Amino acid sequence: MSSSPTAIAPVPWTEGLWRNNAALVQLLGLCPLLAVTTTFVNGLMLGLATAAVLLMTNIAISSMRAALVPVVRIPLFVLIIASLVTSIDLLTSALFFELHQTLGLFIPLIITNCAILAQAETVASRRPVAYSAAAAVATGLGFAAVLVTLGAAREALGAGTLFSGLEMLLGPGAERFAIELGFDGMLIAILPPGAFFGLAALLAIRNWLTARESI
Amino acid sequence: MAEGKPLATVLLVAAIAAAAAVLVTASWEFSHERIAENQRARLLASLSSVLDERLLERDLDPVLITAEDEALLGSDEPIDVFVPVDGTEPLAAIFASIAPGGYNAPIYLLIGIDVGSGEVTGVRVVSHRETPGLGDLIDIEKSGWLLQFDGASVNDPAAVDWALTRDDGVFDSITGATVTPRAVVQAVHNTLLYFDAHRDELIARARREAESRGSASPE
Repeated sequence: MSSSPTAIAPVPWTEGLWRNNAALVQLLGLCPLLAVTTTFVNGLMLGLATAAVLLMTNIAISSMRAALVPVVRIPLFVLIIASLVTSIDLLTSALFFELHQTLGLFIPLIITNCAILAQAETVASRRPVAYSAAAAVATGLGFAAVLVTLGAAREALGAGTLFSGLEMLLGPGAERFAIELGFDGMLIAILPPGAFFGLAALLAIRNWLTARESI
Repeated sequence: MAEGKPLATVLLVAAIAAAAAVLVTASWEFSHERIAENQRARLLASLSSVLDERLLERDLDPVLITAEDEALLGSDEPIDVFVPVDGTEPLAAIFASIAPGGYNAPIYLLIGIDVGSGEVTGVRVVSHRETPGLGDLIDIEKSGWLLQFDGASVNDPAAVDWALTRDDGVFDSITGATVTPRAVVQAVHNTLLYFDAHRDELIARARREAESRGSASPE
């Protein structure tokens, strides 16, 4: 974030996906991240739901940014984010009931995600709508990528399967994508400590790659 | 920006708060009836999943009665009991029981009981907030754990065996989750106890309900 903002800022793809990844660099949104990533599919669903909410809150806040008074901006962000997420929760339950049955568990968790507040503060309240939307997509996908990686690793190590439960997202028939890895798995990977170990491993890998880049 | 103008700031916050309130209220107004309908449709569809297969060949239009027993049925409010009838003859009782001891929140169940034999014909979870990957194995879409209740009745297994294997009972435990399956086992047994104690009364009420429905305008 230290690079000075140029007149026309480039679309911030690498920012959100890698250089300033919400989960691996900013260490934001760890509560839902650690809680939900027990399987690949859970990670994917929370990732998609978070990305969608992030996109909407960024667009909403960015389009209102001229009116947002700095001294009260944080309460206003919280108000806007909470009411949007509540409305999304209600509307998906009314219109896409089946989807809500599987994603519903995750939507309230999104409110606890500080990555969304951080985007509102650092991007949406300062940048035009298009830029904010692109940043939201990049950040959302970067966050989702970490969720999916952690979910897949924990599922493989903890349950000995991969891609189980995909039918909840893709409908009946998707059971066949589930892979049995041929061992029972270590339960600890699925339990909360496994989430911390897994995240630590991902952080270490990312830091190692970054360190090699900078040599 | 309105820095240094307190009144303008207050008005702005009030305006955005009002807009947020309108947004949430409008969403709720738009949604709540549809959500209730969705839940009811899902409930009716899931009723068939806890019934004996022999009953499914008929066109079931269950009558709805209620039952109230906070200790056994998990709610201080009356809970729904759906009773599929043949004419006016009750065939089964489906309790929308609540397992109050869920890990994160009460677990909402459907428990189907054959009126004649008193055996469980099926148990399903309607909604729960258990831990993904652990407690949610009570969901039939995640595992077949619930199927082990089929055929059980209030005295088979014996009352002391109505517990998880880890508590010296007969029902399979779920690795990594204790609270959740324990709550479900307890709720199923409690519902059977309630049914056992109130069987005749429930049947009589369902019969009256079916009769009054029959005499009302047939649709």
